[in-house]
Amino acid sequence: MTKIVTHYNRRSFIKVSAAAGGGMLIGFSWLNGCKSNTTEPEVGVAVPKEWFEINGYIKIGDTGMVTIYSPNPEIGQNVRTSMPMIVAEELDVPWENVVVEQAPLNTGWYQNQFAGGSLSIRLSWNALRMAGATGRRMLMEAAAKEWELKVSDLTASEGVIKEINGERTVTYGEIASKAVGIEVPKEVELKGIKDFKLIGTSIKNVDGKKIVTGEPLFGLDFHRDGMQLAMIQHPPAFGMTVKDFNEAEIKSMPGVKDAFIVDTTVEEPGGFDEKGFKQLIAIVGESTWQLMQAKKALKANWETTGELESSDMHVKRLEKALVSGEVLESRRDGNPEAAFKKAAKIIERTYSAPFIAHNTLEPMNFFANVTEDSAELIGPTQTPEALEGSVAKLLNLPLENVTVNMTRIGGGFGRRLYVHFGVEAAAISKKIGGPVKLIYSREDDMTQGTYRPTYRSVYKAGLDENNNLIAFTVKGAGLPEGPVFPNRFPAGAVENYSAEKIKAPTNVTTGAWRAPRSNFTAGAEQAFLDEVAEAAGKDPIDFRLELFDRAIKDPVGEKHEYEPERYAGVLKLVKEKANWGAPKPNVHRGVAAYFCHSTYVAEVFDMIMKNGQPIVEKVWCAVDCGIVVNRDAAKNMIQGGVIDGIGHSMYSQLTFENGAPKQMNFDKYQLIRHSQAPKEIEVFFVENEIDPTGLGEPGLPPAIGALANALYKATGQRHYHQPFVTEKQVVG
Amino acid sequence: MANFNLKINGKTQQLEVDPTTPILWVLRDHLKLVGTKYGCGISQCGACTIHLGDNAVRSCQLPVSSVGNQEITTIEGLSEHGDHPVQQAWLEEDVYQCGYCQAGQIMNASAFLKKNPNPTDEEIEGAMNGNICRCGTYIRIKKAIKTAANSKTV
Repeated sequence: MTKIVTHYNRRSFIKVSAAAGGGMLIGFSWLNGCKSNTTEPEVGVAVPKEWFEINGYIKIGDTGMVTIYSPNPEIGQNVRTSMPMIVAEELDVPWENVVVEQAPLNTGWYQNQFAGGSLSIRLSWNALRMAGATGRRMLMEAAAKEWELKVSDLTASEGVIKEINGERTVTYGEIASKAVGIEVPKEVELKGIKDFKLIGTSIKNVDGKKIVTGEPLFGLDFHRDGMQLAMIQHPPAFGMTVKDFNEAEIKSMPGVKDAFIVDTTVEEPGGFDEKGFKQLIAIVGESTWQLMQAKKALKANWETTGELESSDMHVKRLEKALVSGEVLESRRDGNPEAAFKKAAKIIERTYSAPFIAHNTLEPMNFFANVTEDSAELIGPTQTPEALEGSVAKLLNLPLENVTVNMTRIGGGFGRRLYVHFGVEAAAISKKIGGPVKLIYSREDDMTQGTYRPTYRSVYKAGLDENNNLIAFTVKGAGLPEGPVFPNRFPAGAVENYSAEKIKAPTNVTTGAWRAPRSNFTAGAEQAFLDEVAEAAGKDPIDFRLELFDRAIKDPVGEKHEYEPERYAGVLKLVKEKANWGAPKPNVHRGVAAYFCHSTYVAEVFDMIMKNGQPIVEKVWCAVDCGIVVNRDAAKNMIQGGVIDGIGHSMYSQLTFENGAPKQMNFDKYQLIRHSQAPKEIEVFFVENEIDPTGLGEPGLPPAIGALANALYKATGQRHYHQPFVTEKQVVG
Repeated sequence: MANFNLKINGKTQQLEVDPTTPILWVLRDHLKLVGTKYGCGISQCGACTIHLGDNAVRSCQLPVSSVGNQEITTIEGLSEHGDHPVQQAWLEEDVYQCGYCQAGQIMNASAFLKKNPNPTDEEIEGAMNGNICRCGTYIRIKKAIKTAANSKTV
């Protein structure tokens, strides 16, 4: 057992204590407006008459049904199942008795209520365990008091408290009313890892039945009687603003209630206020189709206020930046220039990747209801706290007068870290003086910005006459910021090393896109190392293991942001599972490994050629994310990351002309489809007792490297420039 | 504006609407059947897939005036208790991540299996290629379709 000191914000318990006399607390019921009756929760116990709030995470009904609040936004990473699993583990209740509810934004009750950086589980692991353990302890104290025993005379398991030296038992449901108001223990015991019953198993998605029956779950599905719909039109290009438009004509169109220009500028913007356009045309009405027709009839005057950029311009800026751009971060070990001079072989290669859009399948949308002194926001956001802050600033309201509730989110990938669409909904609601749901069309969504930056990196390696890697340098530029992590591998493994992260300007807005920077760097670095290993005449896995061995035994430099043992561990596991090195006729194999977001992933791709086309037949993944919380869902995350990595590096890009992306919808912007996905992806986890780390992002980056390396084996051609399928230029 | 009587999920629905309105928006805005999703509006992503008679169609490009007497089935009406073999297979394989595209995937898969109850992998890929999943759950979708096909009750 681990003892842990509780450190809840006391405010969460004031509310509980206050309710102690009355017994029942009202749960969060904001979603009632769009609940349907088709799926009652499938729970192993009867619906309670009375509920008792134990702490901010747990509510227990008199029948033993347990509600666990999931604090973080659900973007498909499955935290609405895995976070409550952790609470239920320590509370020690049968999973069949648990229902899950989405908690609202409440910075007093919860910490880190955001979905980003693969951090949900990693940052909340202790808080969630503590919530469950605290609840269990309070229930035990209530039973001990009732029976005039000490807590140490009792056991609690599977929702039942038992007297150790006696016959008495009481269920959580029976004792819950007495636990309300019990002082929060200053210290609680957590379970030993070996005693976990739920964590490490596979629990099915708590929203599965609702998803397959089409229940209203997503922001776009939200409805409140009396609400209007709104759509926006932003300028057609970065570097343009709106001057005026045919307002009278638009307002006279069928179904249109109002049309106006809305300014959504927020003073002192934070990082999540990034947005393409601050002034927008807003059209308000009753039906989406009528609003879409009104959008088509818009005749606006746009003013060019900045440069209208093109893809050619972007490439030139990156090339220039690599020669003379401003260096943001760097690292230098030894003397790479001197080492290159005495190297027997030098390999230098340039890699690039285009701007890409997030393209969450649910387009941006938000509900807002702004009154004189309050703002209510409901919808899909990865950063409810940032949204609360931005809306408070926009409307000049105190933070406590702004509420944010989270719907299930139809894809995040970083796109919904940015809060502008919620802010826009609030601005429109204020203007019309009533509730409104803002809806982006796909075209609005794809052309608005916050893209993955475009990148260009030059890698250079020197081998001595014995084919040892004696020098390694990387210079990476990006619009607006380079993709280099100076202290990541192979820093620490090479005697002479340098890394430079370089910035260059653009007025195209960019943002975090699933595994920011790693989503490019992993592919470039791992493809480059493959080529270096080949030049050295070494097996690509053995070559990497040699480098990790150096980083373990005799690390170069002061700090590196990875544990070489765990890095080598996933490579060894994937080597074993994929039976690397065994002859496989007509199968072309590529390997890559990458560490980001605190998780280590190695992947082997098996590629075949079919009718002249490369097909990924099978992928083997080895993952070290510490303790695995929800096993099958964790596999799903890695599988999705692999497919996402293949898709975007093979097919996806935004190209610019006159300041605007040429791709505005899925007819021109290619996303990976069924027939292009691998036929099979096997996932293996390293078993250890390290606190869990995230899985939303780490599966993607190495897939691009393993894909590039398998493509080389299959086609004889190295691929340097994404998207690979349209690559024309091959750098020798 | 014009009046329409639509047969949706076994019920007749009366409504007055602009005749060019796609069925997608009739369902979502006018009838509050929001299980059918908007993804692209140009028949490229498949999120809006419904059944028109026995055929899977993209509701974002299907004007209400073109439907006539044909029976419309949406995800809400695929089965009474959410237990259509394809829905059950989806639950068994725990397919979804964000879940947004899955109604469209299920509607396409169920119409396809009715016509081809024992498909090969390639036939599944061909039939499902019009349905984008941004989360990349394709392998599980394919497995669920095979599970449903093997249940022999489609």
